[in-house]
Amino acid sequence: MNSQENTTAIKNKNKNKKKKINQVNYKGFGKKTNFFFNILIGLFAISCVFPFIFIIILSFTDETAMVVNGYQLIPETWSLDGYRYLAQMGDQILQALFVTVFVTVVGTLINTTLTSFYAYAISRKDFRFRKFFTMFALVTMLFSAGLVPGYIVMTSLLGLKDTIWALILPMAMSPFNIIVMRTFFIRSVPNSIIESARIDGASEFRTFWKIVLPLAVPGIATISLFAAIGFWNDWFNALLYIQSDNLMPLQYVLMQIQSNIEFMIENAGMSSMVGGATGIPREATRMAMVVISTLPIALSYPFFQKYFISGLTIGGVKE
Amino acid sequence: MNKKKKKGFLYHVNKDKAMLLMALPGTLWLIFFFYIPVAGNVVAFKDFKFVEDGGFWGSISQSAWVGFDNFKFLFSSSNAYIITRNTLLYNITFIVVGLIMAVSIAVIVSQLRSKRMIKIYQTSMLLPYFLSWVIISYFVYAFLSPDKGLVNSIITGQGGTAISWYSDPTYWPFILVFLGIWKGVGYSSVIYFAAIMGIEPAFYEAAEIDGASKWQQIRHVTLPHLVPLITILTIMGVGGIFKADFGLFYQIPRNAGALYNVTSVLDTYIYNGLATSGDIGMTTAAGLYQSVVGCILVVITNLIVRRFDEESALF
Repeated sequence: MNSQENTTAIKNKNKNKKKKINQVNYKGFGKKTNFFFNILIGLFAISCVFPFIFIIILSFTDETAMVVNGYQLIPETWSLDGYRYLAQMGDQILQALFVTVFVTVVGTLINTTLTSFYAYAISRKDFRFRKFFTMFALVTMLFSAGLVPGYIVMTSLLGLKDTIWALILPMAMSPFNIIVMRTFFIRSVPNSIIESARIDGASEFRTFWKIVLPLAVPGIATISLFAAIGFWNDWFNALLYIQSDNLMPLQYVLMQIQSNIEFMIENAGMSSMVGGATGIPREATRMAMVVISTLPIALSYPFFQKYFISGLTIGGVKE
Repeated sequence: MNKKKKKGFLYHVNKDKAMLLMALPGTLWLIFFFYIPVAGNVVAFKDFKFVEDGGFWGSISQSAWVGFDNFKFLFSSSNAYIITRNTLLYNITFIVVGLIMAVSIAVIVSQLRSKRMIKIYQTSMLLPYFLSWVIISYFVYAFLSPDKGLVNSIITGQGGTAISWYSDPTYWPFILVFLGIWKGVGYSSVIYFAAIMGIEPAFYEAAEIDGASKWQQIRHVTLPHLVPLITILTIMGVGGIFKADFGLFYQIPRNAGALYNVTSVLDTYIYNGLATSGDIGMTTAAGLYQSVVGCILVVITNLIVRRFDEESALF
């Protein structure tokens, strides 16, 4: 009887202990600490989003109110003039938007194709020249060619200055992504599948299209998203190579007008119509342009976030 | 058994022609956009002039050799010291502060109770990472514009005197460091966060049973698991220590001459050299100096890491 009691007591005790461990959330702060850190991280998170919201507010601010009061968090007078003026000077903006979209779409396609083809080749264990091609791409991560020699090659060897290709080709492949994709192929496409496809008589290209690609979708999505963001945001190649107005991408136009609004007026052919710069909502128009070129990214990346994150974890240079 | 060895180079080319074909476009890109430019660095040792109808090869071969004159000229000016100092100090700060911030944020966020808030925080913190420096320079200008900016109106509103931000170099080291960290930390903390999520819960359960406090769990379970990732990212950071983020240093200070002393780094110096002075030889020399030192640094860091922990080394 005594011993029975003892065992139940021990059992109960064990049960309690077990329960206790299960209850303790091994990941998670106590209530007070949790509150404190929520405030801390929350403040930083707000600092990341707030400037964009501020720019949106400014784009809806009345021009005279902005001249008199400076940039205000809550403007005295709201106005749609910034956007209205943008719509008026449509051609220039639409052209820049078109260049950006074209470069982003074509560039991302080329970049993803080159990168995944190359990565697939060096991911294949039975590819005799695998080591050579891996090193051939890896060297780019150790050494950089430098801006000036690259510039000379682009302009005088390839003759691409002031062409749309100057915005696409320099970013048409990313050596770092080759390594990321190679690792992804090795991990997610088992050799046995490729082997059995070969036994069934499928050609290498057929195997790649029908079997390897479908398995590699998450990896491909990741590198193409990175490429797309890179092309959308690029202003550097335009700064180096582009002179014609009709080849300027959105980011570069923004860069130009940040110092002189006259650029906009001249290019839109508005100066004669409005007689100089008066009456044009300069500041609000600029801010409206910033909003327009930021919005596509701000609205889309939260939905692709998981790809960006998974892309990072599949990296790693070693096999 | 020896049959395999006897098969020649051409046999393998034929056998692997599909793979070779797939690697071909990428190889061409690497040749034109990496290997030829690397070879083009010879102009660092030349007095480079564009020859009218000589084209690329003609211009290079017809320019006169000057040995190390371009480098001598570069290092004899005070610029070389300033840009090297700025580049190194900024990048060291970015690596150290960035690492501490990213790991702290990742650890803290991983311990927060509400899954939904975690998602909201991460999404917000990622926003700057996906924006270009052009856009961010507008953000900064909205705060720092001398006559209209938010910061100056707060200062004057409280009776202070407005600061002409774009001509006073005092604050720029802090502004640039803050922005560099601010833009990148969301992204790197997400990398660390993903690594923390991958740690086996059993480790924490065991620590819990042993009576480890939260801080002890972080110190003895979480951080050791992050070491390999920290090492790899730091090696890459050290390798890039001679490479500055051109957009940050060119767009944010709006290339203001009054700030050059604290904002000029190797990359902006090289660009300005190419865009204004047109001294191709000397500018290339500056670029080559940057690449060579950068390369040496990666190799050395990697060697050191390999000595301590072979698994964590990059190559």
